[in-house]
Amino acid sequence: MTLIVGASAAGLATAEALRRKGYTGRLTILGAEPHLPYDRPPLSKQVLSGTWEPGKAQLRSPEALGALDAEFVLGDPAVHLDVAERAVHTASGRVLKAENVVLAAGLHPRTLPGQRTLRTLDEALALRSDLLKRKRTIVVGDGVLGAEIAATARQMGVAVTLTGPQQAPMALQLGPVVAELLAELHTSQGVDLRLGAAVTGVDDHGVLLETGEVLPADLVVVAFGSVPATEWLQDSGLVLGNGVVCDSRCRAADGIWAVGDVARWHHETLGRLVRLENRTNATEQAVAVAGNILGADQPYTPVPYFWTDQFDAKIHVHGFVGPETSVVEGSLAERRFVVRYHRGGEVVGVLGWNMPKQARQHRQQITPRCPATAAASTPGAA
Amino acid sequence: MKITVDQDKCCGAGTCVLLAPDVFDQRDEDGIVVLLDAEPPAELHSLVQEAASVCPAAAISVSS
Ligand SMILES: Cc1cc2nc3c(=O)[nH]c(=O)nc-3n(C[C@H](O)[C@H](O)[C@H](O)COP(=O)(O)OP(=O)(O)OC[C@H]3O[C@@H](n4cnc5c(N)ncnc54)[C@H](O)[C@@H]3O)c2cc1C
Ligand code: SF4
Repeated sequence: MTLIVGASAAGLATAEALRRKGYTGRLTILGAEPHLPYDRPPLSKQVLSGTWEPGKAQLRSPEALGALDAEFVLGDPAVHLDVAERAVHTASGRVLKAENVVLAAGLHPRTLPGQRTLRTLDEALALRSDLLKRKRTIVVGDGVLGAEIAATARQMGVAVTLTGPQQAPMALQLGPVVAELLAELHTSQGVDLRLGAAVTGVDDHGVLLETGEVLPADLVVVAFGSVPATEWLQDSGLVLGNGVVCDSRCRAADGIWAVGDVARWHHETLGRLVRLENRTNATEQAVAVAGNILGADQPYTPVPYFWTDQFDAKIHVHGFVGPETSVVEGSLAERRFVVRYHRGGEVVGVLGWNMPKQARQHRQQITPRCPATAAASTPGAA
Repeated sequence: MKITVDQDKCCGAGTCVLLAPDVFDQRDEDGIVVLLDAEPPAELHSLVQEAASVCPAAAISVSS
């Protein structure tokens, strides 16, 4: 039997890849949430805005899940892993033993006491219901999630302030030139940017900045990063450190594997441990892990990739942000372009702004060997 | 095999095109998926299954 802990993008894709590669053994997928696998990127976009019914974010149809021939055990979080026995103990008292255990438990958002965060479907619906009351909202966190929430809330007609320590939203992930364009976009759409000062807390009056200023708010949404969901593995003996630490095959121990946002593995071409928090990594790493479970013995060496949608901008980032940029297609002024990031003579990354196809076409120029300033991923990563 | 794509869900990642360029393409203007062959030959089935599984927007469905 193969047991997958985490019933979301990475866990589901691992199960599918195992079946596709001919695995006929039993498959059990254990999930903490009561829901069948659903997708997270729409939570801060179409589900939050209400453009989609929540059901549209389901990852697979009931027929496709049925064809997978896997048993879903939902609403029952894993609480302990016995590495030697490869046995997972659950909150309700189940003990599930398997030849292979795949850890795909994702992340928990960091938060401030009593404030809203956004990681799950239930949290998205709760946040949506608050935003519909048109409260004066402050988003704490200037990374990709904070910027997306601010954009969506603004498009719902809400008065929004975006706060964070960087000079421009997503500066770490986009580099200064493109982040400045994103700042302009947010400002032109009426988001109040209060950047360059870290938030130190929240009280009844609002959000406190390190400068001593207080920003009044009725609703505070916290989006300043996440921590890997490894709390239940603390006493397992696995090596933990900003995720489940794995070898280049994504193996944490004999018969124990990690995949998706929770996995920190040795990326052979980069020559260091990497953890990525993005949607394509979840499924691509799943394919690699399934292959290795079945004996492929291949290293996983992806070029990272993520996208984000904010207002009319669809931004796609392949590889890493480097110190030098050059525009290779389109123009910054028209807000339709592809930029390349360089480090010395090497291309380390490519970014498309409303040019997804063209950005992808430049992707093969990337040399993934380069040590990076920032991974194409959310700030907690790498 | 019969493929359907949901252009409303597609985020324009192009993962499908990298895997199966004879079956999928992207629109030049916005990167949204275009289905070139809804009933591809048998030798492409496993790549198409993989594309459906790894598509980061769950925009590709396959029925037999
Ligand atoms: C709001 C939002 C928007 C995003 N937008 C984008 C985007 O535009 N582009 C992009 O590239 N990426 C985006 N991402 C990131 C992307 O969604 C993640 O990288 C992806 O979901 C990772 O998949 P995963 O399966 O590794 O982890 P998760 O999706 O987090 O799934 C882990 C699952 O494991 C469960 N679990 C946790 N602990 C346990 C336990 N002890 N026992 C059993 N189950 C457990 C959790 O409940 C969860 O269902 C976004 C993420 C969020 C939250
Ligand atoms: S992989 Fe999915 S999201 Fe990406 S272009 Fe193809 S259909 Fe669209």
